[in-house]
Amino acid sequence: MLNILFFKIALVAYFISTASFLYQLMSRREGPKRFSFAITGIGFLSHTVALIIRTIEAAHIPITNLHEAMSFFSWALVLAFLLVEYKYRIYVLGSFVLPLTFISLISSSALPMEIKMLDPMLQSAWLGVHTVFAIMGAAAFSIAFLAGVMYLLQEWFLKSKRFNILYSKLPSLDILDDLNYRAISFGFPLLTLGIITGSIWAEYAWGTYWNWDPKQTWSLILWLFYAAMLHSRLSAGWRGKKAAYMAIIGFVGVVFTFVGVNLLLQGKHIFA
Amino acid sequence: MDIILVGLSHNTAPVEIRERLSFSGEQLIAGILRLRAHEEVLECVILSTCNRVEVYTTVEKPELGVARVKDFLHAYQPDIPLERITQHLYTHKNEGVVRHLFRVAASLDSMVIGEAQILGQVKDAFDCALLNKTTGVVLNKLFKKSIFTAKRVRTETRIGESAVSISFAAVELAKKIFSNLRSKTGMLVGAGEMGELAAQNLVNSGIKEIVVSNRNYDRALDLARSYNGRVARFEDFLQEMVNVDVVICSTGAPNYVIRFEDVQDIIHRRNNRPLFFIDISVPRNIDPEINKIGNVFLYDIDDLQAVVETNLKARKEEAEKGEKIVAEEVGKFTQWFKSLEVVPTIIALKDKVEEIRRKELERTMGRLRSLSPEEVQIIDGLTNTIINKILHNPLVALKLEAHSTNGLLYAEAVRKLFNLEITVSEKDNQSEE
Repeated sequence: MLNILFFKIALVAYFISTASFLYQLMSRREGPKRFSFAITGIGFLSHTVALIIRTIEAAHIPITNLHEAMSFFSWALVLAFLLVEYKYRIYVLGSFVLPLTFISLISSSALPMEIKMLDPMLQSAWLGVHTVFAIMGAAAFSIAFLAGVMYLLQEWFLKSKRFNILYSKLPSLDILDDLNYRAISFGFPLLTLGIITGSIWAEYAWGTYWNWDPKQTWSLILWLFYAAMLHSRLSAGWRGKKAAYMAIIGFVGVVFTFVGVNLLLQGKHIFA
Repeated sequence: MDIILVGLSHNTAPVEIRERLSFSGEQLIAGILRLRAHEEVLECVILSTCNRVEVYTTVEKPELGVARVKDFLHAYQPDIPLERITQHLYTHKNEGVVRHLFRVAASLDSMVIGEAQILGQVKDAFDCALLNKTTGVVLNKLFKKSIFTAKRVRTETRIGESAVSISFAAVELAKKIFSNLRSKTGMLVGAGEMGELAAQNLVNSGIKEIVVSNRNYDRALDLARSYNGRVARFEDFLQEMVNVDVVICSTGAPNYVIRFEDVQDIIHRRNNRPLFFIDISVPRNIDPEINKIGNVFLYDIDDLQAVVETNLKARKEEAEKGEKIVAEEVGKFTQWFKSLEVVPTIIALKDKVEEIRRKELERTMGRLRSLSPEEVQIIDGLTNTIINKILHNPLVALKLEAHSTNGLLYAEAVRKLFNLEITVSEKDNQSEE
């Protein structure tokens, strides 16, 4: 179970980097920035290794149960964070992303981790493609959500004229609004592809493209919501605070579609 | 030899005195050369800024040195009576001078704590003295260390961070709303002095353009030219707000020039792009209610003043960390300075050589047990003679140079060559105020 070992290394690394990033957020000085990034890097690498080993061991892309889905979500989230950091250098984002990553990964670790044989009905290359797109999309929407939270905090500091350490650490409003917008413009096509590949897979597996399975229905609702959000920004100028609120509402929808549907509603998406 | 400082600053002297005693350009060069020409002044540097005039010297006899510098200042401005100058002067000696200069260079003694200009002024004063060869070993080291200490304070504390003027505070706030001012436009409505300053700071921070709107069109034109901006007719300034991002308002109007409904309409027409209002007018010219509109941020003069005060408080806290760094560096410098003294060096040298002689003699005598007491005495005398002869010339040279700056160099060289450790006596450690 080599993949579990690397998974656990990643979990510990993310725990340390979460602590380090949170300390950075509170400290008056710049804080242990390099350390935080180094530990995050170690976590990401060992997580990547864990996923590769698991893919080889299982002989298919390991996103077939809730443990695997949440584990892959954490991986995608850190990947998204590293890409954003590379482009924008908003290192405070780490203080928001890493806790979320850690929560997701530790919940994942609490779920059964064994590799199970796949139901032959579900075996198809489309499965891997569909889940990868869907979860990458969820990671992008999570970044938009965090950007929205940061925006609302910073906006509140500026409006109420409170200048604390967090104010000085958070970037300017328009960077946060821009990040929100870009994350959603990234996540939206991924979600679209996730829905399309999913229905192609459904055709293979169930013989129908669309059968109003609760997960399909909720994905469609999400898709419409994010489409409306992108549209309202361009046409009605729903930017800034409104966009931040929408990103937060959207994220609640993502979490529900991702986890809630499985727990509360019946459907074919129940993980084996 | 002692380091002496005679000077006055914004803490002790009114501006009328400071401005008259200040040295600029050629006066400064002439000043240090004239001072250095006095036999008793071994080294000198004059630090002259708009807030302070300070004369740093090394002298043989401190009382005489202080009197000499006072005379020098009096001779520079003979029509100010000597007592009138003296009453504003402070004098420091040795460690007191070191601490004072380190604090000055680190901007801990400045009117606005943490301002960066003073370090450059200290550098310039030192460079001028260096160029005119009025400094030596001690002041060179003192000034280099003061610059080093100031840089330490600047990098290890946040003393220079955050705005401490209203107009800078406004620019800093703008940067928390807009990431890149280069793509933003500012507008100045009215032409109050503070407003002009804030607009100038926006220009300095790289804002793309400033639009000036004023009841007096010619005045607006003048201002716009100085910012490389353009003019908007005063009747149209509300229209212009659709296209600008930062509005500085400082008219003399007795009422609200920018009202809630205006801004509500404008923000809608801007497609909710954020708009930052700075109201520097008293009475206020912008309805404070507009801060409640989404994507609108309003700061009036009290808000900005509060920002400045918070920042000043933060600087004072940082200054305490700065004081610790200064104390550390003062300690190091004083140790070095004390070790330069010639007499302790001579004693240390003699002790060290005597120690070597004694040890080696004991070792040899242990092996030569058959010697008679007379023979032992003769060998003892021989070793004594050898070390005395070897030490004779160096000691004479040290004593001869003891009372010049060269002596310090000799002492330092001897200390390094013989690896001497010098324990510094505590006398002379206190500085005089």
